Amino acid sequence: MADELKDIVLKYVTAEYLEDGADPLAYDTPLISGGIVDSFSMVSLKRFLENKYKISIPDDQATPEAFDTVDKIAILVRRFTQA
Amino acid sequence: MAYPDKTRDTYKGILQGLRDAGIFKQERFIHSPQAADIEVEFPEGSSLRKVINMCANNYLGLSSHPEVVAAAHEGLKTRGYGMSSVRFICGTQDIHKELEARTTKFLGTEDTILFPSCMDANAGVFEAVLTKDDVMISDRLVHASLIDGIRLCGAMPDTFKHSDMAHLEQKLQMHQDRRLRLVITDGVFSMDGDTAKLDEMVALCEKYDAMLLVDDSHSTGFIGKTGRGTHEKYGVLGKIDIITTTFGKALGGATGGCVSGRKELVEMCRQKARPYLFSNTIAPVVVAGVLKVFDILTRSTELRDKLERNAAYWRKGLQEAGFVLKEGDTPIVPVMLFNAKLAQDFSRALYDEGIYAVGFFFPVVPQSQARIRTQLSAGHELHHLDRALAAFTKVGKKFEILGKTRQEIIDRYGM
Repeated sequence: MADELKDIVLKYVTAEYLEDGADPLAYDTPLISGGIVDSFSMVSLKRFLENKYKISIPDDQATPEAFDTVDKIAILVRRFTQA
Repeated sequence: MAYPDKTRDTYKGILQGLRDAGIFKQERFIHSPQAADIEVEFPEGSSLRKVINMCANNYLGLSSHPEVVAAAHEGLKTRGYGMSSVRFICGTQDIHKELEARTTKFLGTEDTILFPSCMDANAGVFEAVLTKDDVMISDRLVHASLIDGIRLCGAMPDTFKHSDMAHLEQKLQMHQDRRLRLVITDGVFSMDGDTAKLDEMVALCEKYDAMLLVDDSHSTGFIGKTGRGTHEKYGVLGKIDIITTTFGKALGGATGGCVSGRKELVEMCRQKARPYLFSNTIAPVVVAGVLKVFDILTRSTELRDKLERNAAYWRKGLQEAGFVLKEGDTPIVPVMLFNAKLAQDFSRALYDEGIYAVGFFFPVVPQSQARIRTQLSAGHELHHLDRALAAFTKVGKKFEILGKTRQEIIDRYGM
């Protein structure tokens, strides 16, 4: 089922991190544990989400686990946008 | 003390894992001074073999230059062997200050501070000049020592795609709310031999009020018409806020590095950079050698001119032989083989032909981009390059890769 939030995140991550010619990402592709997004780049992903959705994600919740897939990122963002 | 068998076995297991994965590093022992012709013991215990060195950072051929060696002897005689102190207690000699002044003049900056190595310069500089309110935006292919320095700093890290100026601009726009922005790049990227677009980077940094740091370790002494570095090549002398570089490559190749740039930033390093505060600086004998290197480089551009000619000759020769090369115009010429085992086998076959050039593969370079990285030197004469070209061609024929495209090599040997 289409999910606008997930699609926006997926599009951003694809444009930002994927090398040309790499296999396309899915909602459940491991981003950090899969080596697609490194720890430095995770910070700008957090900034993108905060700016886009006008939220503030505390550092202690912006963990590699919480950012590891588009599915998990969507859960995290929704927790703050619905708060 | 506690080092029971189970602890030993833990480490044995890890090391065996590296061997099994084919990424266990082994040294080759050189029994002669560093030069174009060297005598090597490899594998360990085997008899010495005379080979041509095609993989040293000895770009200007100064590692064993008689004038540099004589100056080092003189330095040893007049200033002793060690300092037994960090700089700010009693570890600073007149020649340390002289080297800082000479480096500043050579690079066209405002001030310079020496570090035990460029690894230390890069480890210390970020923490010394930035805080958690700032952002560090680095090219994704910067050297490991810059990555370590960024990790040690509390400022926010971010990256941009390799040499992608549009992406860098997006990041600079995104981070306009930070107190300070520092853009970070290598001058010459050591694995690919390409150069950072410093003219465009300076323009972007001016537009978005950001400082620019360039690690010019694979450039200082030979890139640019008078060898000042990538900032000379791109016409931005005096516009780089921080240059870090090494004395361990072209500039004599012994040891030591520095941070050179804006006066206040250098002073911040002198006050706060931990590798400067808590480690001895460069030994007097090396300082004396590097001062002589600067004498040699400022009296003539002969060595960097010869290096440029050698690099062009070598690149043309390999292209004509039918190898796939990374594009570039520096003395780093990567011969692309794509497959890790092929790179290792190729290197070994070259050694059997009297050529010393090592294979690089993941994780040092990205997956399926294995290569032999060749590096030219002003110490190479044409007969060295002709012999090396003949050996590369012979080995290339043996592995049937000459004239083949990237895809054809991958089809045959795998990624």
